[in-house]
Amino acid sequence: MTYDIVLAGVGGQGVLSLSGIIAAAALEEGLFVKQSEVHGMAQRGGAVTAHLRLADAPIESDLVPVGRAAMILSLEPLESLRYLEMLAPDGAVVTAAAPLANVKDYPPIEELLTAIRTLPRAILVDAAGLAQAAGLAQATNMVMAGAAAPLLPIRVGTIERSVRARFGRKGAEVVERNLAAFRAGQEVARCTAKQ
Amino acid sequence: MSARVLLGDEAVALGALHAGITSAYAYPGTPSTEILEYILQRGGADAYGGDAPVAAWTANEKTAFEQALGVSMAGRRALVAMKHVGLNVAADPFVNSALLAISGGLVLAVADDPGMHSSQNEQDSRLLADFARVICLEPRNQQEAYEMTREAFELSERFGTPVMVRLVTRLAHSRAVVRAGEPEAQRPIAHPEDSRDWILLPANARRRWRTLLERQPAFHAFTGTTPHNELQIAPGPLGVITAGIARNYLRENVADLAEAPSHLHVGAYPIPAALVRRLVERLETVLILEDGYPYVERAVRGLIPPRVAVIGRESGHLPPDGELTPDTVREALGLPLRCSGPIAPINVPDRPPQLCAGCPHTDSFHALERALAGLPRGIVTSDIGCYTLAALPPLSAIDSCVCMGASIGMAKGASDAGVRPAVAVIGDSTFLHSGVTPLMDAVAADTDMTVIILDNEVVGMTGAQPTLLPSSRLPALLLGLGVNPDHCVVLDAHPRRTTENAARVRREIEHRGLSVVVAARVCVEAARSRKRMHKETVGTS
Ligand code: SF4
Repeated sequence: MTYDIVLAGVGGQGVLSLSGIIAAAALEEGLFVKQSEVHGMAQRGGAVTAHLRLADAPIESDLVPVGRAAMILSLEPLESLRYLEMLAPDGAVVTAAAPLANVKDYPPIEELLTAIRTLPRAILVDAAGLAQAAGLAQATNMVMAGAAAPLLPIRVGTIERSVRARFGRKGAEVVERNLAAFRAGQEVARCTAKQ
Repeated sequence: MSARVLLGDEAVALGALHAGITSAYAYPGTPSTEILEYILQRGGADAYGGDAPVAAWTANEKTAFEQALGVSMAGRRALVAMKHVGLNVAADPFVNSALLAISGGLVLAVADDPGMHSSQNEQDSRLLADFARVICLEPRNQQEAYEMTREAFELSERFGTPVMVRLVTRLAHSRAVVRAGEPEAQRPIAHPEDSRDWILLPANARRRWRTLLERQPAFHAFTGTTPHNELQIAPGPLGVITAGIARNYLRENVADLAEAPSHLHVGAYPIPAALVRRLVERLETVLILEDGYPYVERAVRGLIPPRVAVIGRESGHLPPDGELTPDTVREALGLPLRCSGPIAPINVPDRPPQLCAGCPHTDSFHALERALAGLPRGIVTSDIGCYTLAALPPLSAIDSCVCMGASIGMAKGASDAGVRPAVAVIGDSTFLHSGVTPLMDAVAADTDMTVIILDNEVVGMTGAQPTLLPSSRLPALLLGLGVNPDHCVVLDAHPRRTTENAARVRREIEHRGLSVVVAARVCVEAARSRKRMHKETVGTS
């Protein structure tokens, strides 16, 4: 089993911490993990990507090959389309819906969301709204971790533990709100998958 | 054995800590920065007996290397880390250090950036190791990054030369589980047996150069037998040589080949010539997979009979530039490409990096733009840092970015050539790295030019490392260099002062001689993380 994920977003959105949570959970389940990141210049409001590879045997390449990603997990809708060539034929695009339009030729949001909906397997998540409802506006990446969770080859409970571990030292309330955000994301993914 | 998840950079750092280094020095530079950051954070926790090494950011890579040399001369182990272009700055001590009788292990960890994710070029440090005639180890994964760094210290002491560990971005910035061994204690001080081995007067240098040349067969004997260079002979007509992480891309694809190729993996240089010759004995074609320059490819052409076709980056079978990927390697192996995912149903515009919202540099460039308005077309040279992003619209404010410190020398040259106004824009940490010496040239000639030092108090682009000189001492340095006090100005780079700042910069541009303007305001990212850290310390105490 190999499960490749291409994570995407904009510098400052927390792509790496999202990747880190999934990676930690995978390690806890005894999977092999490689996580390739881009640091440096790309962090300043530019496109950011990370490749996360999970497998039950040692992993060779740090990079995901073209056409092999089981999932593109994006914190921003335009970014969810940037790496589509990486996606496997039956791969899923899981993306937050709120645009971060910091470039001049950013497409009209309705056109963009329609384009995403035409993809074979897409889950669009109102991550910002759900994070707000969970009482922690910054928790959009936890909503997205939740939205990805049901599709991953990792038990959801293990990912929850990974969330707890990450926020544990910030106190019970922060942990609970992050978990609420995580569960809200899961709910969306389950409903979308059923449709 | 303890297992932990580490970046390639961090694995190098842990390897050095476990090798019992006494000191580590670096100048921050993507993708190498996390090496010293790890040692700064974990030195005490990971070193033998909690005996944290000295770990310091330095003015530049040359000073870093020289400090490491001093540690080695004292018989103790030192790590020096930098990015590939940093090694150009440190090339003088590096190349000469190969002639010394290195006693305490001296390891240079250098991270190349093929694909130029965050660099001005994609030069290949293996050639510089070759140029200095020293051993270079090139790990293929995080585990090897750890093990090879430890081994590099032993090799350095065994052969009495510095040893290079070469990383590339993809390994430096990728995480995986590393199994670490037991840490070693730091070495005691031991003075050189013969001080002539450290004094490169021509008579000594000639002797030391011959010593280095006489060691080359021993280097070859090592690279011919080390398990890092692994030869597997298969019956088919195709052979592959991989270097470093290219091996991973081969292994990613090899199961799809009809028959396994013969394979030589190179993880230690000088290139193991005897293994290369054995590899090709019955081959028709050998494919070379390496990140960076066609270094192995060129060397192999000179080592083997012309009947064997050597293909790789230089022959056009792989792209001559950029990183290798599992896909480019797949194509070079003659395998059909996998179906790629759906085409984006909409045009996806680029999203280049930008200056952060509220960045002080933006205000400085606005002031400069207004100061230049109405003047004849001059030149604004610039430098390496966040502010290089001012090259992009909407600012489009600079004309050049070449190498650390170049802005000042180039502005002087442009002024000497008759261009007015000649303005150099450079960050505070880049100024301290390589801007002070060209400023001395400009002071000596009282060149008609204006230097603007963007002082944000940190090394912004690599994650807000502290600069060596606090901002408050920058004017004293400038005056000490001989900058005319009437034309040495400190401005507050705040948006509400843009108009008055523009007027002052204009006056300095109009001054027929050298002016230096310091535009000061702290990087907003650094200010934010300072606040966060303050909150955390207050919260936990
Ligand atoms: S990190 Fe600091 S210096 Fe760099 S763009 Fe952001 S605010 Fe400006």
